[in-house]
Amino acid sequence: MITFTLWDILRNLLLATRWTVLLSLVSFVGGGMVGLCLLFLRISRRKPPRVLAKYYIELFQGTPLLMQLFIAFFGLGLFGIDVPAWLAAGLALILWSAAFLTEIWRGCVEAVAKGQWEASASLGMGRLQQMRYVILPQALRIAIPPTVGFSVQIIKGTALTSIIGFVELSKAGTVVTNATFQPFTVYGLVALIYFALCWPLSKSSQILERKLNVAHRNH
Amino acid sequence: MSYHFEFSWLLQYYPEIIKGVLITLELIAIGGVLGISLGIFCAWVRALGPAWLKPIVAAYVELIRNTPFLIQLFFIFFGLPSLGLHLSELTAANLAMVVNLGAYSCEIIRAGIQATPKGQFEAGESLAMTRFETFRHVVLVPSLQRIWPALSSQVVIVMLGSAVVSQIAAEDLTFAANFIQSRTFRAFEAYIVSTSIYLALAILLRQVLGLIGWFIFPRRAVR
Repeated sequence: MITFTLWDILRNLLLATRWTVLLSLVSFVGGGMVGLCLLFLRISRRKPPRVLAKYYIELFQGTPLLMQLFIAFFGLGLFGIDVPAWLAAGLALILWSAAFLTEIWRGCVEAVAKGQWEASASLGMGRLQQMRYVILPQALRIAIPPTVGFSVQIIKGTALTSIIGFVELSKAGTVVTNATFQPFTVYGLVALIYFALCWPLSKSSQILERKLNVAHRNH
Repeated sequence: MSYHFEFSWLLQYYPEIIKGVLITLELIAIGGVLGISLGIFCAWVRALGPAWLKPIVAAYVELIRNTPFLIQLFFIFFGLPSLGLHLSELTAANLAMVVNLGAYSCEIIRAGIQATPKGQFEAGESLAMTRFETFRHVVLVPSLQRIWPALSSQVVIVMLGSAVVSQIAAEDLTFAANFIQSRTFRAFEAYIVSTSIYLALAILLRQVLGLIGWFIFPRRAVR
């Protein structure tokens, strides 16, 4: 039998951490892009797109991420589409994070004073121009802390993809546990690695919030 | 595209589904009550508690909030037996949910406590209330009322997160869906139905929590 030193365990876990980081980045960027499109629907002046986006958000926020992963992985497979785990994981995480980011950003857009809409309308700006030049730059400032904060949720969300067989940090933890019979050490280390990924983001989100708030107050 | 939807066979598995729903409800009931209680205690420590306890609670909150629920669950279920602490699937799932919700609700409740004006504490003292009475009546209840919507959302999030307890073979709704899926190979239907049940539960839970808030808080709005 091969014996594993602590370093062997840690090295294997760190190798798998790459995939957690990569999947998080893909989900964050992809979710951000889909979320931005949804945001325009969500704050549209016409009702149907608004309602459509609302139902989308309700659906993805009201069901477990795990179920969304299962449907993407097992469900689509039944239609004869061969879905590899990474594709199902990426797809589900993008759609899931888009729903949350849209809702976060909608709050930020609504936090921009109403007078700004009216002022920019009175300058003869179209809806897109208003968004591009007046509203989004201001909303962006408010949006940075909660968006950074949500990236932590995405990193933690990627842990669920281990269940459909995507080999990232959590899956590596299970595999290494099965090989070493040291669940206490292995899952402890896995938790610490996740903590090392997430904590700086949480902290910077808090710091940004304080900083941007102070700047806001000085206006 | 030769797939035909067929939901009728699901009917014969209704006992599994009902059992799963009940266990999910039980998990959220126990996790919710104990988790929020733990959260209140931790929020009290972080805001007004003894200095030596503060860093411990702060470390607990940061650690839980920055690691995935799945890993917390695995650590409790697979890791703790190394220390001689064996837990059944359901106990481990419940413990994980309490620990998880405790950390999140601590931060939410603390925000509510910190929003209480200092004058309120002094007003409580001037009415000859003890420190505990001031906390209980003057600080806690208005704080909870202020943050009740955020707390409700967190409870719903934890309920949806409970889907992963199926991974340690706790027989919740997801476990039932997996069971049916493995028996019938009808993954799409099994997961769509259980997902719809989760959605219904989430909507229902939000309504129930809203009602609870309406009942336990004094009608006069505290701002």
